[in-house]
Amino acid sequence: MIADPLLAISDLAIAFRTGHGVARVLDGVNLSVGRGRIMGLVGESGCGKTTLARAVLSVLAPNALIEGGTIHFGGLDLLALPRARLETEVKGRRITFVPQDPYGAFNPLFRVGDQMMEVMKWKSPRRQPYERGFGPLLTRFPRARYKTDREALIALLNEVQIPDPERALAKLPGAFSGGQRQRLLIAMALMTNPDLIIADEPTTALDVTIQAQILKLLKRLARERGVSILLTTHDLGTAYEICDEVTVMYAGQDVETAPVAAFFTHPRHPYTARLLESLPSPNREIKEIGGEVPSLLAPPQGCRFHPRCERASPECTASRPAKSGTGGHIVRCFHPLTMAAEVAP
Amino acid sequence: MRILALVAKRLFWFVPTAAGLIAVVFFISRVIPSDPVALIAGETASRAQIEVLRTKLGLDRPLPVQLVDYYRQLLKGDLGTSLFTTRPVADDLFARLPATIELTVAAMLIAVSIGIPLGVISATRRNSGIDHGLRIASVAGLAIASFWLALILQLLFSMKLGVLPLQGRIAGFPPRAVTGFMTIDALIAGRADRFWSALAHLALPAITLAVPALATIVRFTRAGVLDTLGRPFVDYQRATGIPRALIVWKYVLRNALTSTVTQIGLLFGILLAGAVVIETVFQWPGIGTYAFEAILHSDYAAVMGFTVYAGGIFMLVNLLVDVVHGLIDPRGGTA
Amino acid sequence: MKSVPTTLRQLMRDRSAALGFFLVVLVVVAAILAPWISPHPEAVWDMNPANRLKPPSRTWLFGTDRMGADIFSRVLFGARITLMIALVAVGASLLIGVPIGLWAGWSEWWIGEALMRVSDVFLAVPQIVLAIAIAQTLGPSIENVILALSVTYWPWFARLVYAEVRALKRETFIEAAIALGVPPRRIVLQHVLPNVASPIIVRASIGMGFTILTAASLGFLGLGAPPPAPEWGRMISESREFLPETWWYALAPGVAIFIVVMGFNLLGDGLRDVLDPRLRRSHDR
Repeated sequence: MIADPLLAISDLAIAFRTGHGVARVLDGVNLSVGRGRIMGLVGESGCGKTTLARAVLSVLAPNALIEGGTIHFGGLDLLALPRARLETEVKGRRITFVPQDPYGAFNPLFRVGDQMMEVMKWKSPRRQPYERGFGPLLTRFPRARYKTDREALIALLNEVQIPDPERALAKLPGAFSGGQRQRLLIAMALMTNPDLIIADEPTTALDVTIQAQILKLLKRLARERGVSILLTTHDLGTAYEICDEVTVMYAGQDVETAPVAAFFTHPRHPYTARLLESLPSPNREIKEIGGEVPSLLAPPQGCRFHPRCERASPECTASRPAKSGTGGHIVRCFHPLTMAAEVAP
Repeated sequence: MRILALVAKRLFWFVPTAAGLIAVVFFISRVIPSDPVALIAGETASRAQIEVLRTKLGLDRPLPVQLVDYYRQLLKGDLGTSLFTTRPVADDLFARLPATIELTVAAMLIAVSIGIPLGVISATRRNSGIDHGLRIASVAGLAIASFWLALILQLLFSMKLGVLPLQGRIAGFPPRAVTGFMTIDALIAGRADRFWSALAHLALPAITLAVPALATIVRFTRAGVLDTLGRPFVDYQRATGIPRALIVWKYVLRNALTSTVTQIGLLFGILLAGAVVIETVFQWPGIGTYAFEAILHSDYAAVMGFTVYAGGIFMLVNLLVDVVHGLIDPRGGTA
Repeated sequence: MKSVPTTLRQLMRDRSAALGFFLVVLVVVAAILAPWISPHPEAVWDMNPANRLKPPSRTWLFGTDRMGADIFSRVLFGARITLMIALVAVGASLLIGVPIGLWAGWSEWWIGEALMRVSDVFLAVPQIVLAIAIAQTLGPSIENVILALSVTYWPWFARLVYAEVRALKRETFIEAAIALGVPPRRIVLQHVLPNVASPIIVRASIGMGFTILTAASLGFLGLGAPPPAPEWGRMISESREFLPETWWYALAPGVAIFIVVMGFNLLGDGLRDVLDPRLRRSHDR
C-alpha cells in the first residue's frame, strides 16, 4: 500500500435506482492514488469505472445512492465534507476533470476563452477567500486577478501547444479540431493547479495517431507539476503508455492492483489474465472471455467473476476474497495465479 | 457584411410570399364575391352608384389587369378608401398602428420576462409540484379564449374592484404625440400623472394578451432547457465546479433560447391574432378595433385593407426575427 | 402506427391525456344529448321577455340571457355548433392538405411545389386575419365560418405531410420499394401514408382546439353564425353590454370553450407522446 496517499477510496458502494430495480454498480471498491502518481483504472464498459470517477468528482447522477465506504482526499473526507466547502475548495479546484468527449465538452455558443475564464473566475489558485459578490450571476471578475489569470492561461495554452493562444481564446469551440479541444481541456484541468486530475477515457474519441500525442502531453505536464492522475480506460494500451499503477475492475469490484510492469507481465487475478489474453498479439490466438458480464441488478454473490471463472470453487460464491499480495501488487482472489504465470505483453 | 447577406437571403423569400399574400387577398375580395363592387359600395348604395364606383375603381376591367392594378396600387401605399370614415384605409391604419404596437410589445415584455424564468424553473425542477403546476397552467393558458379572459378581468378589476380603468388608452387629454406610444409620450412630456394613467390603461389589455404567449414561452423554454441540460457540456461544466445557477441561467438558457428564438415570430402571430379581438373589448384604438368596427359597418375595403396590412406587418416581424436570430447565433445563419 | 387499443391504453396511463380524453368525451356527449339533458330546450331560440337576464338559480342553472333563454341550454346546444364547425373544418383541411402534401412531397412536380408555395403564404399570416377576410366576403353563417377555417387551415397539414414524405423518401425501405418497381401509388398508400398517420393525428387533435378558439373569435367579432344561433363566441360578445350586473352571462360559454379546447390540447399532447415522440413542440398551432 502507498503510505499517505493523495486519494484513498475504501469499500465504496454505490447503487442506482432504476426503473427495473436497484443496480449495485460499485460494490466495495478500494483504490489509492499516490501523490504525483498516475493510476489507471481498467475494465470493460459498464464495470463502474466512470461511476467511480464521477463519485470522486462529486457529480453523481441524482438517482445514485452512496451505500457505504469513504473517499479521503488530501486529508478531507469528501463524502462527509459540507456541500459548500466541497463545491468551493475541492470540486474543479483541487480535483479537476478531463472528459471523454472533447467535442461535447464546450458550449458551442460561447467563446472558448470566455468558458475557460469563467472557470478561472471561480477556481483560480489566485482567488482570494474574501472575494464576494452578489450571488453567482452578478459577481464580477476582479480586474487585477483577471489579468494575471489570463496571462497564466495563455502561458498554459502555449505549453499544451495551442498555436496563437490569444486569438484561440476569442474563437468558438467549433473552430477547433478534436485533438485541439482535448489540449484545451487539458489546459483547463491544469489551470487551477489541482492536486488530482480525473481523466475519463480522455482519448477514446480521438484518432489513434492523436491519442498518443495527447497522452504524452498529459503525462509530461502532470509530472512537471507533480499532479496525480486517475485515468479510466478500457484500452490496456493507453494504460501501459502512461500509468504508474493499474487497478482492474470487474462488475463493480476491484480485483487487482499492480505496478504497470507487473500488471502486464505477471497478472495474478484470473480475470486480469483473461483480459490480457484477449489482446491481439502476434504470438498467440486471441481468446475471448467466455460467458457474459453479469447483470448489476442481480449480481452474483461473493466474487462477481466466479460464474465465468475456470478456477472458481464453492468459497468464491460464498464471500468476497480479502486482499492479498505484496509490494503494491494486490489481488482479491482465493485462487490467484502464481507469480510465474507468464503472459506476453 | 454577413448581416447584409442574411437580409438578402430572407428578402429573397419575403418578396414572393408577400406577393402571394396580396394575390390571395385579391382572390378573396375580387374573385370569390359575385359582385365585389356591391360589397365595397356598402348595403345602402343604389345600382347607379355601384356602376359609377365600378368604373372609378377599374373593376370593370379583366381580372388579370385588375390584379396588376392592385399590385401597383399597393406599391403606392393605397389600400382603398373606407366607406365609413371616408378616409384612405392606409392612413387610418397607420394612425392606429402605434397603439397596437404598444400593446403587443407590452404583452411580449410581460410574457418574456415572466415566461422564461418560469420555463427554466419548470425544467430544472422537472416532475416537482411546481413543474406539474406550471405545465397544467401553460396548457390552460392556451385554452382560454382571450376575449373572454378580457371580459372576466374587466369585470373583476375594473367593475367590481375598481382598481384599473375599464377601457381606452388614457384618462383625460393625451400627451402630445411624438412616438405614438402613450406611455413614452407621457414620459417625454414629463407628465408623471399621464404616464401612470397610460400605464394603468395598458395593464389589463397587455396582461390578457400576454397569457397565451406566456404559456407558449413557458412551454418552449422548458423544452429547450430540458433538451440542453442533457447535453455533455452541461455535465462537464458541473464537473468544473462553477456555480450551478450560473450554468443554468447563463449557459444553458442561451442555448435553449437560440434554438427556439424563431418561435418568437410565431408568438407575434399569437399576439396579433389576439390583439384583433382583445382591442375591441378594451376599446383600445389599434388596428384590431379598426377591423372590428369595419366588420360592424360592413366596411369592405377597410376589412380587406386590414388583412393586407396585418399580414404584411406580421411577415415583416418574422423577417426581423429571422435576421435577429441569425445575429444572436454566433455560429452564423442557421438556414 | 400503433393499433387503436394499444394507443388508448397508453393514453389512459398518462393522467393529463386521460383528463383530456375525458373532457372531449364529456363535450361530445353533451352535444349529442343536448335536446334531452337541457332543462329548457324550448327556451334556446325563442324570445321570453319575462325571463330576461335572470341570475343563476335552480330553474336557470347558469342564468338567462337578454332574450330570456336559458344559458345552460344554449351552451349545450352551442356545443353542437362548435364541434360541428371544428370537425368539418379540420376534416376538410385534412382532405385538402394531406393529399396535396403527399402528392407534392412525392412527385416533386412543379404544380405540387407551386401548391406548397401557396401554403407558405397562408402559413406566413395569422389564421384569423385571412379568416376574417373570407368570412366578411361570404357573409356571416356557419357554413362560411367552416369554409373560412378550412381554407386557412389546410396548409398546416400540407406542410406537415410534405416534410414527412420528403424525409421518408430517403429511407431505405422506400428506396428499396422504388428499386423493386412497386407502383408509386401503392408505395404512397401502403408505405408512406401509414408512416405519416401519427403526426397527422396529433396535429388534428391540437388543430381541433385551435380551430374552436378561432371560430369563437370569429363569432365574437360578429362573423360567425347569425343570431339567434347559440354560438359561444357571440354569446360572450352579447354579454358585454349587460356587464357588470349580469356577471353570469359570459361565464358559462367562456368556461365551455375553455373545457373543450383544454380537452383537445391535453389529448393532442398525450397522443404526441404516445404516437410520435419526435414531435416535441405541440403548440406551434
